[in-house]
Amino acid sequence: MTLRAGDLLTLTREGLYCPLGRFHVDPTWPVERALISHGHADHARAGHGSVLATGETLRIMAVRYGEDFCGARQEAVLGADVRVGDVTVRFAPAGHVLGSAQIAIEAQGVRVVVSGDYKRAHDPTCRPFEVVPCDVFITEATFGLPVFRMPDTAAEVRKLLDSVALFPERAHIVGAYALGKAQRVMMLLREAGYDRPIHLHGAMEKLTELYKREGFALGDTPKVAATDRAGLKGAIVLCPPSSIQDVWSRKFPDPVTSFASGWMRVRARARQKGVELPLVISDHADWPDLCRTIRETGAGEVWVTHGQEDALVHWCGTQGIKAKPLHMLGYGDDGDAEPAPVEAAQDAADEVTDEAAA
Amino acid sequence: MNDFAELLDRLAYEPRRNAKLRLLQDYFAKTPDPERGYALAAMTGTLSFREAKPALIRGLVEARIDPVLFRLSHNYVGDLAETTALIWPGPLADEARVPAPEREREPVGAPGPGHNNPPPHVPTLAEVVETLSTIRKADLPQHLATWLDALDETGRWALLKLVTGNLRVGVSARLAKTAVGALGGHEADAVEEVWHGLKAPFETLFAWAEGRGPRPETLNPAPFRPPMLSHPIEEETDFDKLAPADFSGEWKWDGIRVQLVGGRDAAGEQVARIYSRTGEDISGAFPDLAEAVTFTGTLDGELLILRESRVQSFNVLQQRLNRKAVTGKLTEEFPAHVRAYDLLTADGEDLRGLGFVERRARLEAFVATLDHVRIDVSPLVPFSTWEDLAAARADPAALGAGLDADAIEGVMLKRRDSPYLPGRPKGPWWKWKREPHLVDAVMMYAQRGHGKRSSFYSDYTFGVWRDGADGPELVPVGKAYHGFTDAELAKLDRYVRNHTVKRFGPVREVAYGTEGGLVLEIAFEGVQRSTRHKSGVAMRFPRVSRIRWDKPAAEADRIDLLERILARGERETMPGTTLEIAE
Repeated sequence: MTLRAGDLLTLTREGLYCPLGRFHVDPTWPVERALISHGHADHARAGHGSVLATGETLRIMAVRYGEDFCGARQEAVLGADVRVGDVTVRFAPAGHVLGSAQIAIEAQGVRVVVSGDYKRAHDPTCRPFEVVPCDVFITEATFGLPVFRMPDTAAEVRKLLDSVALFPERAHIVGAYALGKAQRVMMLLREAGYDRPIHLHGAMEKLTELYKREGFALGDTPKVAATDRAGLKGAIVLCPPSSIQDVWSRKFPDPVTSFASGWMRVRARARQKGVELPLVISDHADWPDLCRTIRETGAGEVWVTHGQEDALVHWCGTQGIKAKPLHMLGYGDDGDAEPAPVEAAQDAADEVTDEAAA
Repeated sequence: MNDFAELLDRLAYEPRRNAKLRLLQDYFAKTPDPERGYALAAMTGTLSFREAKPALIRGLVEARIDPVLFRLSHNYVGDLAETTALIWPGPLADEARVPAPEREREPVGAPGPGHNNPPPHVPTLAEVVETLSTIRKADLPQHLATWLDALDETGRWALLKLVTGNLRVGVSARLAKTAVGALGGHEADAVEEVWHGLKAPFETLFAWAEGRGPRPETLNPAPFRPPMLSHPIEEETDFDKLAPADFSGEWKWDGIRVQLVGGRDAAGEQVARIYSRTGEDISGAFPDLAEAVTFTGTLDGELLILRESRVQSFNVLQQRLNRKAVTGKLTEEFPAHVRAYDLLTADGEDLRGLGFVERRARLEAFVATLDHVRIDVSPLVPFSTWEDLAAARADPAALGAGLDADAIEGVMLKRRDSPYLPGRPKGPWWKWKREPHLVDAVMMYAQRGHGKRSSFYSDYTFGVWRDGADGPELVPVGKAYHGFTDAELAKLDRYVRNHTVKRFGPVREVAYGTEGGLVLEIAFEGVQRSTRHKSGVAMRFPRVSRIRWDKPAAEADRIDLLERILARGERETMPGTTLEIAE
């Protein structure tokens, strides 16, 4: 093996770069040529010279940024080899959101797979993850701790429906990322037999329409008008996570605040966001699936892009797999930055709370 | 156990009282005996069994999970019970699991070859409680591990909270009793009446609440009786509607409301109980006072610390309350005393139906007969006009209270013809507190509220000026979350959003300093010393009394004001300094 993985892919200011193919993968800055794994804003940015991505991802980017989001675009067909510069590139389903793909890069018999974000769990809104055997596997680690074992999504949706039954006079406001999570929750609700309208915050409308055009039976999803919020007793309303505790949510009848996210597995996270009904529904691989996937790729070396790198790198070590963290900046949980570490101010505010109540 | 765990899980996230109540009612209605009875016991803090220490739990996990991964997870999650519940290996192969040869403590008696592995038995709460109260300490880890293997995550979390004695889910004993009563349309007070004397799993209580059985005969010779409470009087509106001649006046003491109950058990032995206002049995904390309960009857009054027949301030009482161990030295230094103001039962007779004046006469005679140094009667405050009463409230020292004035927080008004009614009936009893202390402070941080207020910044941390290394600086002294109207809250919320300089999760730091900032006039009842606050002081019952949109932050008060109030309260803390103040 004359070629080393480092020759195939390196880390630059803009993100991962392939010198032999002269392209970036999911760059966080505008570049000449970009390969995009999926449509979330932290991976798919506007302003690149040319973009190679799946058809769904290209259409998502067009909805988000307008038709002129890049100079030239090329659709990647899943499973098909494409020659880019001196390397062969192939896209394979990642199971993260609609259109999401892993990107395999190969030259002189050495193959590197950039997973992008991925999951192995059931999701009716995208193609399931496919294992691509490789020499180097580049993985995310958003939920890279053994405490993250995601439960069955059907049971989580059942929690929501049970709450609607218990509190028929209260609106249920469910925070969900506008691309992927929201539509997955809608489909899961439909799978559970819920056939009433699912009301949407305005910010979710365009992407939901796109999913419908792509053929997903999301049912009746009216947009919430400012005037009828007070009338939505017992309704399920989806909105971006930032809106669940915003002024917007106040006008609903006695709202129950809910949030569909893998973070909801940790109580402190739910409480910090003022969530009363946490729904543990994640679009990222959980700990067992991260480990299983690394094993199944047969990779001798693993690079960890973002998330809880320490634990996953440690685990690889115990399995005799070479691993290193890339400490990449700019990728977060679907663009929803985590709150800054709680600092002195919070302490000061907290310490007086307890005694004031005494 | 899983149903109980699910209930705790829902309760832990639910901020609204009424919704909690419904979750509880729903659970009690659906869950059979004795399971629900043990759940009630767990939530009312009436269970006692051997508790598990954190080190024991950590040891169990580290025998199963790579300690490095466990440590990283614990750092991330923060809570040991929750981390353990989430990380505990499920029935499937687990990637964090310690490889078999490295495991130190394989379960003993693993099934041999050819043995069909039965599905693990999910314990009921009743089994857990009954086992924990009987097993030997050495058997605890094995039982705990078996249960953890059988339970789901929420079940594991609830179990660990239960066995570490750390079951805080935001439900008061009172709320749980309210939910039990609601099963059959009974008030919480009706449940309180029969509560003491009952034990887990409370089968007779549930039978009665559901109309399937008789009211539990309370065998308790010294039962708690729910107290009568008062409403605050609105000076502007209420006095006009009331006639002074209909009411009797008393001092309002700044102590703890207690009920002293004495009786004889079946064997003829004297039983003495001291209950808090909520029915908690606090006899153990006041053995010196319990000794004084030599009678058969129920006294309602205020627990105070008396030194040389002088009532000490609440700060002094606080020092006794803060001690865990009740030693002879403590009871000597902080002698507990009851100043009685009502008599509910006497020698087996229920007096609660009598009018206040008649009960008062019985009370005076009862206490006189008792003739015990630790129990006396709270004196009446005579008045014939509201102006007289206002004068007494303004200056208790000059109008009868003398040296005890510092322990008086206002006056009480009781209708002369009113029977003793449990709960807070409107009309018969009123409280008229003294004017609170006031301080002008500057808003520093704001935090979102809970429930209906979850989208509003409604909890404000405020500070006052002190001299710092680089000139005047604001130091946080307290936090207030009420005292303003909904319209004012909307304005405060807008102010916070428009003046945010930093965010820390749900907390926002607002702009403050000599150049700008919002002044809040804070009303409060007193100041205590505190080692937990940077400022060294903590305020009692702070609330926003006015929003001073007009006042420059630089003109807010200094910490000296609070320290002066503190110093006044502390003069009494040192025994022997009384003469100096007595002049």
